[in-house]
Amino acid sequence: MSAQTGKIRLWLGDEAVAQAAIDAGISGVYAYPGTPSTEITEYIQKSAEARALGVRSAWSCNEKTAMEEALGMSFAGKRAMACMKHVGLNVAADPFMNAAITGAHGGLVVVVADDPSMHSSQNEQDSRYYGVFAQVPFFEPADQQEAYDQTREAFDFSERWGVPVMLRLTTRLAHSRANVKRRVEQPRAQNPIRFHDDPRRFVLLPAIARRNYNELLKKLPEFQAAAEASPYNTVEEGSDRSLGIVACGLAVNYLREAYGDEACPHPVLKISQYPAPRKALARMLERCESVLVLEDGYPLVEDLMKGVNARPGAVRGRLDGTLPRAGELDPDIVAQALGHAAPHTHEVPADVVPRPPSLCAGCPHANTYDFLRDAMADHPGGRVFSDIGCYTLGALPPYEAINSCVDMGASVTMAKGAAEAGVHPSVAVIGDSTFMHSGLTGLLDIVEDKTPMTLIIADNLTTGMTGGQPVAAAGRLEDIVKGLGVAPEHVHVLVPLPGNHKANTEILRKELDYRGPSVIISRRQCVVAARAGKSGIG
Amino acid sequence: MTHQDILIAGVGGQGILSIAGIIGTAAIERGLHVKQCEVHGMAQRGGAVVSHLRLSEKPIASDLIGRGRADLLLAMEPMEGLRHLPWLKHDGGVLVANRVPVRNLKTYPATEALIAHIDRLQKRRLLDAEALARKAGTVRAVNSVLLGAASAFLMIPAEVIRDAVAQFFDYKGATIVEQNLMAFDLGRAAAEENSKAS
Repeated sequence: MSAQTGKIRLWLGDEAVAQAAIDAGISGVYAYPGTPSTEITEYIQKSAEARALGVRSAWSCNEKTAMEEALGMSFAGKRAMACMKHVGLNVAADPFMNAAITGAHGGLVVVVADDPSMHSSQNEQDSRYYGVFAQVPFFEPADQQEAYDQTREAFDFSERWGVPVMLRLTTRLAHSRANVKRRVEQPRAQNPIRFHDDPRRFVLLPAIARRNYNELLKKLPEFQAAAEASPYNTVEEGSDRSLGIVACGLAVNYLREAYGDEACPHPVLKISQYPAPRKALARMLERCESVLVLEDGYPLVEDLMKGVNARPGAVRGRLDGTLPRAGELDPDIVAQALGHAAPHTHEVPADVVPRPPSLCAGCPHANTYDFLRDAMADHPGGRVFSDIGCYTLGALPPYEAINSCVDMGASVTMAKGAAEAGVHPSVAVIGDSTFMHSGLTGLLDIVEDKTPMTLIIADNLTTGMTGGQPVAAAGRLEDIVKGLGVAPEHVHVLVPLPGNHKANTEILRKELDYRGPSVIISRRQCVVAARAGKSGIG
Repeated sequence: MTHQDILIAGVGGQGILSIAGIIGTAAIERGLHVKQCEVHGMAQRGGAVVSHLRLSEKPIASDLIGRGRADLLLAMEPMEGLRHLPWLKHDGGVLVANRVPVRNLKTYPATEALIAHIDRLQKRRLLDAEALARKAGTVRAVNSVLLGAASAFLMIPAEVIRDAVAQFFDYKGATIVEQNLMAFDLGRAAAEENSKAS
């Protein structure tokens, strides 16, 4: 389907960002796949235009390497974009925070896609706090067109002020399509290599870092003024001032939906550019008896408006129970908060049961869990630590084979800590892509400490959960593991197939009894990737 | 009709995004505004998935359809149709459903009970999309069968949707295009038959 070519522009929010970045004249995009951000980079990888212009777009090992690579490109004066899901920004937080201190040289935009309601994530953290934390400007587009427009604006803003700029998306915008107008016919020319006049600009030695930080602080009023005057932060007048409404990003659409063809009778302040426009917020408080804050994620603006001495009832939203404290907004929740009557609806019959996701028929992970479960059967005191990927579904019936899933790489290191607490056997189960993302350093800790534990790398030769992206070092895992210092006789490559079940169980049993580090690479290609003809090596 | 809200429900891997893509593309070509919400990521692994598809002559605000607002609910299998009933307009909403269940869980209820719930709805089209797809040459064309069955209810003429089906599968070659067009026609005919029967 060619929604991205020709005249048809029915773009995902992710795709609108991607095309805008190409149009803004980026020289590279850096990312690790993560729902709901994956399609940004994939769009650029598939774009013939981007290819012709030599825009680099291959996947990075993780979000930290991606962010640093993007910063390096910005250092060289060229425009770069780093993309990730919200929890990916935790991984990239170190370079992100420090990039605010070095500043950007070539335009540097960091796109972060949040996942309120945790459709495909382990938390619903709100990346706007990272923008506030790093004291960088950021945008929160309300629709796909704004995603396109604000991405281009973000690059200009970044270059004008020499600061990284964040763009915050949420799942509903990232993964929803709409008509988008491409504003230019041709991408802007890329920047040539051009170094910063100050050769020590990016050297964050304390004395230079203090100077840079003061420069950032001096720019903050300018960022604030830009947000106050931003065409994306708009006020719509309304005669009924018993209530004012502040709507951040996407939330403004649910508000408009609630009033249909009629205009909202209340004053509305829409926010899509931050730092939050404090003057405009103060005016809402002055002019309206109370203010309802609609924002996806945490109550950032609501909390700011409440301050420490707001009149009770003056600010309403997630904190006072007008809106649910957790989960994404939707048209029904917003309509209810406005006191609109809900339409009469059909009920779900009682015999409808939940249908959680499950491993595909023929999935190699299923066979891995089968032999793991049998080998662990003799060890009621043993525990299995797992990680982020399709294999996390091993927590659900019929497997119920894992005891943890926390963050990328945590299986390796949590199993180590538990082993050192005396848990035996302590087993880690991690996917190949997740291992390359954040498992290597943990394994080095295990080797150095000679920790008695077993690491199972469920190697399906692809990044399965996000749609089958290639994995770094595919097929070379055993060399890497041995290179880190795991004794070769305790490194096994198994093929998870029903016919090998007995032999695989036996090998694992022996390694569970071994009181030192061992690694089982359970390798068979993902069935979905196999069907799609993806090699997994690229 | 100046506006239409469509919910497409099913199980990850059933081709929901193809249906939404086909209708969406046809709508764009007719100059309509479109918003189409998709599900990516973990839920696609055999879980319940849904796509919200909104078409309008005027700009559309929300990406999501509110409860009780959908004009049409297109269900790739019976239980997913019932799960999303609260979104269907109580009066006047149409359910078009495949009667063949996807039983990828042990607790799946008795099919007859699910069908009985569907039969209680005023406006419905229930068909064996799997048999029709097989008749068209490939069981993978279940989504084209359902699209054909739903075509009479769309604000875009059925012929335009049919052309969009051909366009959508073009890159897969002539055989796949023909199979999907036949699936579309069989679905359309079955829905017509169905309407006479009910």
